[in-house]
Amino acid sequence: MWHKQKFSGVSSQIIWRKEDKVNIIVCLKQVPDTETQIKIGSDGVSIASDDVKWVMNPYDEFGVEEALRLKTKFGGEVTVVGLGPKRVTESIRTSLAMGADKGILICDDALEGSDTLAVAKAIAAAIKEVEYDLIFTGQRGVDDDLGLVGASVAEMLNIPQVSLAIKVDAAEDGKSIKVSRPVEGETLVIETSLPALVTTQKGLNEPRYASLPGIMKAKKKPLAEKTLSDLGLDAAEFGLGARKVKILGLTPPPARGEGKIIEGESPQDKAAELARLLHEEAKVF
Amino acid sequence: MAQGVWTIAEQREGELRKITYEMVSEGRRLADALGQELTTVLLGSDIKDKAAELAKYGADKVIVASDPRLEPYTTDAYVAVISELVKAGDPGILILGASVQGKDLAARLAARLNVGMAQDCTALAIEDGNLVATRPIYAGKAYAKLTYENSFPQMATARPNVMSIIAPDESRTAEIVDASFSLADDALKTKVVEVTKDVSGKVDLTEADKIVSGGRGMKGPENYKILEDLADLLGASVGASRSAVDAGWRPHTDQVGQTGKVVSPTLYIACGISGAIQHLAGMSTSKVIVAINKDADAPIFQKADYGVVADLFAVVPALTEEIKKYL
Repeated sequence: MWHKQKFSGVSSQIIWRKEDKVNIIVCLKQVPDTETQIKIGSDGVSIASDDVKWVMNPYDEFGVEEALRLKTKFGGEVTVVGLGPKRVTESIRTSLAMGADKGILICDDALEGSDTLAVAKAIAAAIKEVEYDLIFTGQRGVDDDLGLVGASVAEMLNIPQVSLAIKVDAAEDGKSIKVSRPVEGETLVIETSLPALVTTQKGLNEPRYASLPGIMKAKKKPLAEKTLSDLGLDAAEFGLGARKVKILGLTPPPARGEGKIIEGESPQDKAAELARLLHEEAKVF
Repeated sequence: MAQGVWTIAEQREGELRKITYEMVSEGRRLADALGQELTTVLLGSDIKDKAAELAKYGADKVIVASDPRLEPYTTDAYVAVISELVKAGDPGILILGASVQGKDLAARLAARLNVGMAQDCTALAIEDGNLVATRPIYAGKAYAKLTYENSFPQMATARPNVMSIIAPDESRTAEIVDASFSLADDALKTKVVEVTKDVSGKVDLTEADKIVSGGRGMKGPENYKILEDLADLLGASVGASRSAVDAGWRPHTDQVGQTGKVVSPTLYIACGISGAIQHLAGMSTSKVIVAINKDADAPIFQKADYGVVADLFAVVPALTEEIKKYL
């Protein structure tokens, strides 16, 4: 944290002094690109992953960007924590190329099929080994759309959470933050002491692209891989068998009825026919 | 043994929100399927006078937690109080509305209670005495059917506008009890320091009954006036596609799609929206979908109940005039 300090006798001069820093963790997940067609796998309880293009969860990019902006202002270290198979390394490297300092990948076959609480337990265990003031997670993964991991990690670390941030202002002393969060019809500003966890959404910032020098530098940045036993966790508490929410089956979205193309000579005729159908058939007004 | 269905009421500044009635109604249906009691928990400051209202929609019992520190909502305070009440009351099922507040609360509450949670469900049912939740994943590109394993209460939130509201029975009454809870000040780390009301007065997209949405075909921010005129007439909210938001024509809060808002209105009118897969994912649970686009091959027509292949700049103002004749 940079701190304004006036030296006695030199009243016109303000010296910026580096006091303590704000260390930030960003949690990262890899998800299918949003343009991906989702197909249900042959087991009926998971998706077919053969044609999937994996990308960093779009909401997590906002967390990386916000962390880098705060780092520029206050100093400190940005650590990216990812969980999943080896391919997740690629997304962690992307965030290192954007400017994050180091990465941790929690990677263990026993994690396959874990539910939210188990995933959060592993992430919280990895975070406990790092010094942190602030944690960012995406407001939800655009895969299972649950939006539970952030709150669960905060609970396991016993720190407050503020969800759906569109603005984060850190106090000059680095001890608290004010977070703007829209709810239906209003925007709240919520103040919390640090450490805290904030979930991010679109509107918070415009994530930067990794620069070429950034990409070169990222190759040399530390990226540690941890198994569950490295984190002191019991593999039996993870995976499909430990799920509290059981997937009975996946289905394609319910089919919609056959649509009608409105016929008519002119746009005015079509508009008149559409209005009639919406009133008489669909009865929406 | 865990028994009974609980719902959590949502209020703002002392007024019950629509989602509260949706959840009490759905809770009633689940409780009837189980042959058990429905309890609704109502939290706020000096809020007891709203309890009788909940009875009319099906609550058998209303637990009222009144405390100045429960107004306005904060995650800390609500989770602390509700988790204590749930541990004491031991319900079999706990459901909340998947509003912004409800999702925030449910996520942290599930972690505190160490139970499984199904967020943003579009259907809830009882099978073999257990809650079975159906929810869209990949923003509706697939649906997952879920149940719970050694996890009580079985917890879920339901998407706004999906659960139908029971016709209120004015003569119905409920047992109204004051909650006993302890709320330590040092458990409260977050504080609402400012509230800014949205000046448009429009209903948020996630709760809107009707939405008029515009995409790249709108050609520029100045042209949204014709959508706003139609929306004003219908009492609708105005949405936008990702390309319109990325172009800076509309605010981020208006974006409908997989990386924006997932909406479920009665009527969705898509104007000049081609229907990228990530947009379709965000609105395909709408009940009636209208597409207006001059490109007959636009993918949006495959989701539309009513398609108009024509120039939206001619159709939309004409539609506004035609609808006026029916109102």
